[in-house]
Amino acid sequence: MNDLSASSRITYGAVPVQPAVVRRIRGLSDKALAWLFITPTIVLLLAINIFPLVWTIYLSFTNYRANRANAPVRWLGIDWYQTILTDPDIWAAMQVTAHFVIWTVVIETVLGFGLAFLIDKKFRGHGMWTTIILLPMMLSPAVVGNFWTFLYQPQIGLFNYVVAFLTGRSASSFQMLGDVTLSPWAIVIVDAWMWTPYVMLICLAGLRSIPDYIYEAAEVDRASKWRQFWSITLPMALPFIMLAVLFRGIENFKMFDMVNLLTGGGPGSTTEVASITLKRAAFESWRTGYSSAFAIILFVTVFGLANIYVKALNRVKSR
Amino acid sequence: MSQATIAHSVVEPSPGTRRLAGSLVVLYAVITMIPLVWIVLTSFKSPDDAISYPPKVVFTPSLEGFCNLFTTRSRQTPEFIQTLGPPQGLCDEIARGRNMVVAGPSNYVPRFINSLIIAFGSTVLAVALGTLSAYGFSRFRVPLKDDLLFFILSTRMMPPIAVAIPIYLMYRTIGLSDTRLGMILLYTSVNVSLAVWLLKGFIDEIPREYEEAAMIDGYTRFQAFVKVVLPQATTGIAATAIFCLIFAWNEYAFAVLLTSGNAQTAPPFIPIIIGEGGQDWPAVAAGTTLFLVPIVVFTVLLRKHLLRGITFGAVRK
Repeated sequence: MNDLSASSRITYGAVPVQPAVVRRIRGLSDKALAWLFITPTIVLLLAINIFPLVWTIYLSFTNYRANRANAPVRWLGIDWYQTILTDPDIWAAMQVTAHFVIWTVVIETVLGFGLAFLIDKKFRGHGMWTTIILLPMMLSPAVVGNFWTFLYQPQIGLFNYVVAFLTGRSASSFQMLGDVTLSPWAIVIVDAWMWTPYVMLICLAGLRSIPDYIYEAAEVDRASKWRQFWSITLPMALPFIMLAVLFRGIENFKMFDMVNLLTGGGPGSTTEVASITLKRAAFESWRTGYSSAFAIILFVTVFGLANIYVKALNRVKSR
Repeated sequence: MSQATIAHSVVEPSPGTRRLAGSLVVLYAVITMIPLVWIVLTSFKSPDDAISYPPKVVFTPSLEGFCNLFTTRSRQTPEFIQTLGPPQGLCDEIARGRNMVVAGPSNYVPRFINSLIIAFGSTVLAVALGTLSAYGFSRFRVPLKDDLLFFILSTRMMPPIAVAIPIYLMYRTIGLSDTRLGMILLYTSVNVSLAVWLLKGFIDEIPREYEEAAMIDGYTRFQAFVKVVLPQATTGIAATAIFCLIFAWNEYAFAVLLTSGNAQTAPPFIPIIIGEGGQDWPAVAAGTTLFLVPIVVFTVLLRKHLLRGITFGAVRK
């Protein structure tokens, strides 16, 4: 039967390859075929990810500037690293990033898990509503983020109008994007709007992985719903929640597009997350060596934090 | 409908719980949809309606936003416009109402086409490379397999700006800056890591016995891969392709830093659509709407694959 289904597909599934090539590939051993299959990917990643990374590491020790490519390049050692790690502006950017990452992750996890918990009750039409809730995360953060600047307009924006309607304040009395205290929250709101569905989906996968018989056993033992939630649902969904936190944490640590379009780092530098600082240094001041060092510091930070976190995650999983 | 047929067990929520859960989710869905509905409404407003206070929900539909999106216009004196013949098409007519004439097409269509070419090109490449590598990792004993897989994944942890600095220099040296090929290669390299991980999961699930049976029947390993494994993996390949496509379609950071005129995609272009005196919001909304429509259609049509892909990818990684 197997053979039949396979041979019936020969005419449709065959890859149009030159016969000579086919003959040569057919004779290959498994080992040769394995390398033939894997090498193109590795070569592409070496060329477009690893070689540039190595180059960035080299540049971070020099005073190279991309807009003066012909100027002599001087070796600076770890000067840039010292400059960056002792620069109060960089630490301010790191604080802005931390504020953004922590608040978006907290809000998205609480809302996302809550939604997943509700959707898991399988009310009528839950499939359709899940799809609708998903829409924001499928869309371009840049294009949609750009439109949020319109919603946030103090005079004409829908967001200000709704807030004014609900609180009784004047719609033009506050500027979400122009105010020093409000603008960090403006970007948190858009990110939460966009990415809560992502956390919801991962949590939903977690909730659905809990077998029914555990709840049935709990019912037999007359455990209250409240008790079931804290002793079964939450602990068993925890690895999934932690995974969602990891992914959102990494993504938001790298966040660039939405913030660049909403505030561009402003007003002043109140929403200047690390990626915006990096972009300004690399593509506006053209301090290539300096920004390479900063890029490496950011990469090592993400990588280090993610590794520590994954260790904790594995400990939770193996419990 | 299907739920009515499921027997009520102790773990099934009560009808009251279901109704409460349903209404809360619907409330969230409605709130979350408001910005998207507003984009579509704004695209059909005239510029005056778009910036009126209080915001207008009921208005006379206008195509001015779409006209302004697709054309460039120049301001003329009423006397000069009088001397012209009858307006050429709807957009010219709207423009003349504002003392302007249509000067030519805007850059939106070329940018949109760039987006299409780059998104589809990189998706095809990433899925092709990803399928081959995933099969290799799934079926063969590759030395340092776990290290290679982790290396492939770790390339996703680089902030895009950090990658953009050396790519900018590299592309400048080898003549790939602001070319579609350069962007396709870059997006492929970003997507291929996701593709390998997703597809390895899908291929792991296909029993090895299928290929082994085919090989006993005289197929070589390569033939077995093409004729047995590939057809079985179609769902997985489709789900992976959707993910790659959505990433490449939506990408902004690389596009804004590495392209300018020739290979610029729509995401960096839409935010800089400006009219006289600031941003032309109906035109921006029209451009946004047209850009979002393909993804919304994709999401609704392919939601089952998408759901599987997202959760699957998450659990795998």
